[in-house]
Amino acid sequence: MLSPVILVPAVLNGLMTGAIYALIALGLTLIYGVLHIINFAHGALLTAAMFAAFFTFHWFGIDPYIAAIGLTPIFFCLGYVLQRFIIGPAAHGEDRNILLVTLGLAVVIENALLYGFRADTRTINLPYAFNVVEIGSAFLAVPRVIAFGVVIVVALALWLIMRWTDTGKAIRAVAQEKLGAELSGIDVAHIYAVTFGLGTACLAIAACLLIPTYYVNPSAGNAFVLVAFTIVVLGGMGSVTGALLGGLFVGVVESLSGLYLGESLGQIGIFVMFILVLLFRPNGLFGEHA
Amino acid sequence: MKGYAPILLAVALLATVPLISSSNVVLNFLVMALLIALAGQGWNLLGGYGGQYSFGHAAFFGTGAYVTAIIQMRYGVNAWLGFVVGIAAGALVGAVIGALSFRSGLKGSYFALVTLAFAEVLRIVASVTPITGAGVGTLIKLDLRPEAFQFQSRAPFYWIVLGMVGISLILARMIERSRFGAYLVAVRENEDAAKALGVDATKVKLVAMTISAALTAAAGGFYAQYYLFIDAGIAYGPWISIEALLAPIIGGIGTVFGPLLGALVVKTLGEVAKLVTGGAPGLDLVIYGGVLILVVAFAPQGIAGIFNGLHRRIFRRTQPAEPDRG
Repeated sequence: MLSPVILVPAVLNGLMTGAIYALIALGLTLIYGVLHIINFAHGALLTAAMFAAFFTFHWFGIDPYIAAIGLTPIFFCLGYVLQRFIIGPAAHGEDRNILLVTLGLAVVIENALLYGFRADTRTINLPYAFNVVEIGSAFLAVPRVIAFGVVIVVALALWLIMRWTDTGKAIRAVAQEKLGAELSGIDVAHIYAVTFGLGTACLAIAACLLIPTYYVNPSAGNAFVLVAFTIVVLGGMGSVTGALLGGLFVGVVESLSGLYLGESLGQIGIFVMFILVLLFRPNGLFGEHA
Repeated sequence: MKGYAPILLAVALLATVPLISSSNVVLNFLVMALLIALAGQGWNLLGGYGGQYSFGHAAFFGTGAYVTAIIQMRYGVNAWLGFVVGIAAGALVGAVIGALSFRSGLKGSYFALVTLAFAEVLRIVASVTPITGAGVGTLIKLDLRPEAFQFQSRAPFYWIVLGMVGISLILARMIERSRFGAYLVAVRENEDAAKALGVDATKVKLVAMTISAALTAAAGGFYAQYYLFIDAGIAYGPWISIEALLAPIIGGIGTVFGPLLGALVVKTLGEVAKLVTGGAPGLDLVIYGGVLILVVAFAPQGIAGIFNGLHRRIFRRTQPAEPDRG
């Protein structure tokens, strides 16, 4: 059973899938780390981004990897506007309200897509989608390898932004001490919106990486986001490194459990892991105990 | 009796509807609205009075529905007994999920997440295991006898669900006025302070969740008998989790009549959306989501809050000392 000929490709493929999970989780954890809210609209926004990537290819024939260059800033602005003009003002600063507002947004976005595009499942055909790269005994699909590379670049870029730019410093300041940051002249509402925008921009990139190998329908994003929730909790809410490592880890676990247990049980495996982690390690595997 | 009179009056008024109109469309609409009011009252006990927002009340609705259906189809048990067992099973699921999450100290977003995850696990399990009919769903055999909890016309169904809503209203009022209700509200407002005063917060939340689950399971069991068909997407799908929280929030969170008012408004909006679009899927939920955001933003106390505000504004001048509101 444990022959390396099967195991190595499974692990490598798991890492590739895990990279995309990590990117989605990165957006979620960034928003949580700064705004201290769980964004229940994350899944619906991912679906919206996948539709955007699908239609830029379908209508204009623009390759998803190139579309990402345009879609990322658009989704950044979308996230910024959502937080600044809808979530922020509607929530009156209460966590319970934020939960409900993001849930409301999720319901609106998902069903607007359902209303507009019906429940049909759509896929795109890229000429190189089935090309493979050979690494040892493993054949890896080209889109997955590209995705893995892009995620690493994005994570690095995000790290650089957070570390060296003024906006990044302001974001970290707000995350650590909101009142103190406000007193030093940082516009907290603006920083919140920028963070939400960054989290949403991650989704646009993830969508462009997903669409060459995955399908899109009005609930396509949900599956990924439940996985992302698991990763975020696993890696510790708000921890960027945790999200990256957690994403890769979950990708490998899913790939291996899919190999040994079959598809639908593999899906339950993620949920069971999620519930167990929530119940017993709500501060993450690496965090201190609750 | 003060405080119970409006409940009896509302139920009595609603009970006359089948005598006035025999239109199936009207009754169908009201049955669905009352069903949501019942499930919503369940959510309201835990979320409204207790401040624990569940995003997964489908777990209880679905368990009530599946157990009611399976126990009579596979084990030949009487439908009424099956319904009671279904409610008990839903309550048990509530108690187990509650015990696990409250003992782990989950609250706020974490509690919302874990309830959502439990509902999704149950949905996936129900869509693959043979006992629930997997992807095909479970059909309850047509047997139009009152002993089998099936009726020729819709009116008896309507009175039954109305009766259950009446019980849920009285229950909510009783809890509101009891010591337990006071503990529950104390936990919602400030859990640490409540604990410091000697309230066993975990136990209070657990009891609330069990009652809450039982009410929502009753709605599920009734749904199964009314439509005679359920599948994983209906029973454990996110739609019921959303409608169960939407009704009390729109009607007035943490109030006795909130879920009923909210359910009537939500279902009316849904019907209007259907008329406008000719039944295209999605638009009703777009409206629900939009209304949810608007209510949170502009009317956090819901319709009941708007009524109370008007009431106070109108009567302030004529009645300087307002007696204890019921």
